[in-house]
Amino acid sequence: MIGITAFGGYIPRLRLSRKSIVQHIGWLNPAIAGGAQGERSMCNFDEDSLTMAVAAALDCLVGQNKQGVDSLYLASTTLPFADRLNAGIVSTALNLRDDIVTADFGSTQRAGTTALIAGLQAIKSGDKKKVLVTASDKRETKAASPYEMWFGDGAASVLLSDENVIAEFKGSHTVSLDFVDHYRGSLKQYDYNWEERWIRDEGYAKIVPQAIRGLMAKLEITMADVDKLIFPCFIKREHAGIAKALGATPEKVVDNMHEVCGETGVAHPLAMLVSTLEAAKPGERIIVAGYGQGCEALYFQVTDAIQDLPPRAGIRGSLASKETTDNYMKFLKWRNLLLTEAGIRGEAPTQHPLTAMWRQRKQLLGLVGGKCRKCGTPQFPKTDICVNPECRTAHTQDDYEFATVPATVKTFTGDNLAASVNPPNIYGMVQFQGGGRLVADFTDCKLADVKVGMPVKMSFRIHAEDKERGFTGYFWRAVPIV
Amino acid sequence: MATGIRDKVVILGMGCTKFGERWDTGPEQLMVEAFEEALKDAGVERKQIQAAWFGSAMDEVNVGKSAVPLSMGVRLPEIPVTRVENFCATGTEAFRGACYAVAAGVYDITLALGCEKLKDTGYGGLPGTNTGATRTAQWLPATSAPGTFAQLASAYAAKYKVPMEDLKRAMAQVSVKSHANGSINPKAHLRKKVSIEEVMAAPLIAYPLGLFDCCGVSDGSACAIVTTPEIAKAMGKKDLVSVKSLQIAVSNGAEVGYNNWDGDHFVTTAKASKRAYEEAGVRNPREEISMMEVHDCFSITELVTMEDLYISDRGGAVKDILEGFYNADGKVPCQIDGGLKCFGHPIGASGLRMLYEMYLQLQGRAGQRQLPNPRHGLTHNLGGMPYQNVCSISIVGRYGD
Repeated sequence: MIGITAFGGYIPRLRLSRKSIVQHIGWLNPAIAGGAQGERSMCNFDEDSLTMAVAAALDCLVGQNKQGVDSLYLASTTLPFADRLNAGIVSTALNLRDDIVTADFGSTQRAGTTALIAGLQAIKSGDKKKVLVTASDKRETKAASPYEMWFGDGAASVLLSDENVIAEFKGSHTVSLDFVDHYRGSLKQYDYNWEERWIRDEGYAKIVPQAIRGLMAKLEITMADVDKLIFPCFIKREHAGIAKALGATPEKVVDNMHEVCGETGVAHPLAMLVSTLEAAKPGERIIVAGYGQGCEALYFQVTDAIQDLPPRAGIRGSLASKETTDNYMKFLKWRNLLLTEAGIRGEAPTQHPLTAMWRQRKQLLGLVGGKCRKCGTPQFPKTDICVNPECRTAHTQDDYEFATVPATVKTFTGDNLAASVNPPNIYGMVQFQGGGRLVADFTDCKLADVKVGMPVKMSFRIHAEDKERGFTGYFWRAVPIV
Repeated sequence: MATGIRDKVVILGMGCTKFGERWDTGPEQLMVEAFEEALKDAGVERKQIQAAWFGSAMDEVNVGKSAVPLSMGVRLPEIPVTRVENFCATGTEAFRGACYAVAAGVYDITLALGCEKLKDTGYGGLPGTNTGATRTAQWLPATSAPGTFAQLASAYAAKYKVPMEDLKRAMAQVSVKSHANGSINPKAHLRKKVSIEEVMAAPLIAYPLGLFDCCGVSDGSACAIVTTPEIAKAMGKKDLVSVKSLQIAVSNGAEVGYNNWDGDHFVTTAKASKRAYEEAGVRNPREEISMMEVHDCFSITELVTMEDLYISDRGGAVKDILEGFYNADGKVPCQIDGGLKCFGHPIGASGLRMLYEMYLQLQGRAGQRQLPNPRHGLTHNLGGMPYQNVCSISIVGRYGD
């Protein structure tokens, strides 16, 4: 039996009220009011597709032996590097082994399901034992675009294997069609979209059923053999219409999460799948389809093993843990749609030394420190000589991962002087349980909520962006648990 | 067997510019201003100076690297000149170099000069020092000086269970006292008295530090000429001000990397002050130190430093400060010249500026600020951040005392 053995999800904590978008810029394009239900997820200023992918993957790996992972597939159309393997950054952040396959999947909205099928094929062939698939998207839109209303940011992750399968893979079917409802030129930041009515009638309404009917015919099943039907379509009414045409009763149709999140691009079919698995009972049969230049559909059946999976935040947990804002200006600023004054202080050089970053890759991307073999002191960073004043022994440190070690706030401040697009810049010293400490940025919090002694967890975030040279540097930040 | 610096070196003369926003004055002119005063005060000629130490910290915006700016600035005759830099202890390091050279018997008369021109940056506050290609820039937060020191307050309040409002009041009194002192010092940068209420109502810079909890950023220069007691006496000098102790302590990463520091004080200051008292022969600092100039870059820095200097007990600084113990008319007057807070803080000059006030006080030349019969004067610098820093402590007094 092959299939899914674990899953995880991540939706950024911030949600932007869609009404606030209309209130601020609806005067320019009144049509956007049509999509103004609920709220959309919104990356914090220090989040992007890569950081969300890491968060979803970490969630997926809860209780799993990550040293067994022998492939990592990352799917997205909004990765920070066009020529630098983004999956390699995720792999280093997760501190996976070096001798694994890492690959980026992109260029289409169905890259998430493509990566999923590729991973299942690698397992099926017997060549790989554990494939981690993580899909993530943070799509940029121009202000007052209807897609600004429909889109959200998010990530989802599944672990595939032939052991401890919680959802058995039964088969897939793919239709490839160069149907261009939108495109993004390789050096462009924003999508170019064709008329929605055409996208709806000739795209979703024809291509999604073609793939799903093809799958059912191939596996000789009918909609009676399907308990949950998952496919993306940001136009809510059309989403229901397609399901109805396929013969799915409303309780089988998995919600497209428009009101609570918005469509998370490449991650969306997987996010809907993860959300479904979070509430799934053994025996449930699921079709999940990804759409984009065709469509591909997969069929799964949930097993008894799902009851033994340790708890995780998942998509539902992330959706529940939120802060809703009506500060559309903040959204515009963080999406680089607003030119603001940074002052001379903001002109500090931001070039990243690639030599040093290579030497310190485990430290910077993986939050790997050292633990002294002689005195047992965990410490960050790992150095040649132990930091313990009573020890100071040389060359005794083994790698020690801090990323998932619980920690507490030791000191903190909220700094109005330090350059930040989210002032005050909150930072302080974090003390890890079992030893080790770190001066770190705090994120996803308000100054008034931070107290000495409160628990924090570490989160992989953007540390600094070199916009002039196109480089994004990453590190870990502390998220206070209020 | 080493015997320390006590009474091996005396100050022959000192000079100090007015600190402040010296828009019309460049660093080379600031150096000349301090140098001329020191030369006149010492009663020596330029050619008698055999070696010099130059302190400047922020070469990114300042006079540049090397000792050349000093040698050119005051036209030293091709003698040995060395530039030193050790964060905010830079000025004191220059003084230490000059003193050690005399104490070693290598030279008879040496010079220490510190200078910083900070108001050429185009913005308030200190310039950033990260060049990008440093080891820590890839992961440390984007901090500011107030932000790093402000954390002392959150940690101190948590450790001693002091309500933040009460701690803020004691911190405010630190600034109120320095403003009162600075208001009567003609060379001070800020010369206006403030009230506790004004300090506490000021805009927040880095929680919980408000504007008046932060020292000014200034241009300035200070200078010392030192020699042996024998030479000074032979020159007919009286009331010799003698160096009793020069100590430096530097963090090794234990605060930021090990587990036993609570973030509420300075490990280095506690170590350096103990060594300084031993070197100077001070047994009970609360009784024997007559006056201090400490590194009050921020009010909370001064507050916790009172404990690291063993003048106030652990957790006792709030009470001492509010009771006026460190006021000009208190038991141990602190920042009698206005401190970094009001005299100003041109980094490379600050250590020497502190010594300048101690020197004037010990010679009875401090004018309106003169304290009655001071004995031991202590100066203290703290550079870097609470979790990773350089601390310098100097003690001066009367020769033979």
